Amino acid sequence: MKAATAPRARPLEERLLRIDPRRGGFEDHRLVELPELLRRGDLLVVNDAATLPASIHGVTAAGAPIEVRLLGRREGVWTAVLFGAGDWRLRTEDRPAPPVLPAGDGIRFGEDLGATVRTVSTLSPRLVELAFDRDGAAFWQALYRHGRPIQYSYLQAPLALWDVQTSFGARPWAVEPPSAGRPLTWGLLEALRRHGVGLARVTHAAGISSTGDAELDARLPLDERFEVPAETVAAVGRAREARGRVVAVGTTVVRALESAAAPTATLKPASGVTRLRLGPGYTPRVVDGLLTGLHEPDTSHFALLGAFAPMPLLRAAHGHAEDQGYLCHEFGDSCLLLAGP
Amino acid sequence: MEIRGAGVLVTGGSQGLGAALAQELAGRGARVVLVARHAAALHEVVAGIRARGGEAHALPADVGDKEAVYPLAGAAAALVGPVDILVHNASTLGPTPLPLLLDTACEDLERVLAVNLVGPFRLTKALAGSMALRGRGLVVSVSSDAAVSAYPGWGAYGVSKAALDHLGRIWAEELKDAGVRFLAVDPGEMDTAMHADAMPEADRAALAEPDEVAVRIAAMIASSAAIPNGARLEAARWKGAA
Repeated sequence: MKAATAPRARPLEERLLRIDPRRGGFEDHRLVELPELLRRGDLLVVNDAATLPASIHGVTAAGAPIEVRLLGRREGVWTAVLFGAGDWRLRTEDRPAPPVLPAGDGIRFGEDLGATVRTVSTLSPRLVELAFDRDGAAFWQALYRHGRPIQYSYLQAPLALWDVQTSFGARPWAVEPPSAGRPLTWGLLEALRRHGVGLARVTHAAGISSTGDAELDARLPLDERFEVPAETVAAVGRAREARGRVVAVGTTVVRALESAAAPTATLKPASGVTRLRLGPGYTPRVVDGLLTGLHEPDTSHFALLGAFAPMPLLRAAHGHAEDQGYLCHEFGDSCLLLAGP
Repeated sequence: MEIRGAGVLVTGGSQGLGAALAQELAGRGARVVLVARHAAALHEVVAGIRARGGEAHALPADVGDKEAVYPLAGAAAALVGPVDILVHNASTLGPTPLPLLLDTACEDLERVLAVNLVGPFRLTKALAGSMALRGRGLVVSVSSDAAVSAYPGWGAYGVSKAALDHLGRIWAEELKDAGVRFLAVDPGEMDTAMHADAMPEADRAALAEPDEVAVRIAAMIASSAAIPNGARLEAARWKGAA
């Protein structure tokens, strides 16, 4: 499928492929028609994580160029994937391997930011834990000064920080944009509200899509931090009472909601780190369907869709979208995977 | 609006009313991020708040700089959580002594609008979507009687504040059902560096202290649920309970 190669200015005109697992069919729409595809009492749940400038270029103590892509933070220590020389313009699999940095080695990102390797993963020498040399406001200011959004070689130009934000993001937990929510303008959200569709949120640290290391890529998604607030649990309860459907905006929202329901099989307020992997054979406990991007069949995102529809239908829908010129990746078109009435 | 525990961002926090309001809100238990161009002065205000047991963080930046807005929004939410209360206090008079409009350079008008109007618009746009999603939030714009009265020499500043007031009324209309509230507050004439720049001849004894005005504005914030959304208030006439 062709990639959308730049941010797009008119989200409501973007395409929306509606896949109906009950009828076993799919049809072409535009995003502006979303309210007509949902009904009074349905609940749309978005991921309100803002996106960090998680790619930082630096230099090792030996003077070698290195790129750090942050994955997440736990108790002041960041996990990160290291990349060698070059930048996003090279395909990740074509990037030279990063210099091997043993624990204790340092990386400089500029006069006001440096980090030390704390541990190196046994999975891959590229996967490390980093301790930065400052914290609090000084750390965040330096990260926002030196970091850039993570992006890939199919894009034409460097992204600005605003290109990777949704219109409702708050805490910067995501290292790549929770892009299913990208085309949701407030005009569209208001139209949904007037139509009787509820709106709720989770916060989920959307992770990295590609590490340049096949073994690590096979383990994606890695552990991700998430939070499901009590208001959202209540909103899901109201939707259930109204016989409405819970529609997750993006695979991260599915992962957060299903993780929050995992311990007791009922949705409870939760915050923590999830390792839950979803795919064919998983029976969703909370989520009835999802609004998401168009995902290539070899990705973990596509596998997750298998929890909501049979794989042959998903492959047929993907083939149709490809033939019809739908665009994929973070600035691409959307897909609504939801059983009809 | 509950101040205790709220995430607050105050622009123009290095001196005058902004510093006083940040101190007052932190004293009432808010988690406060302060923004201003002058890093040294800003760090001093933050150190003062922390010395009194309050939570405060300094993010030096120019609110008139487009590139600064999303870094500010992101860093603020990383430090104190989603921002519940946003105070647009930073502003510039433009060149002083205040020139007549016929003597005002177009570039100076643009710079005043960039700091006093477009900057607050950008910052609101970056933060109010999350407020609307969460169903709560308050945006306070510090206004001026120059927004209402046509004082000679106050053209650039006055028009920027009049536009900021009206922007708040439109935000309020658009977001009233989403639970986001907007207030414009005229603090009155205060004994600040800005006032001295504008009117060096003024009798300082007749001017209000920023600390006292900050107490009144904090009281307005605390009782903002009872104030009509989009209202414009004068601090000197505020009779609400603190």
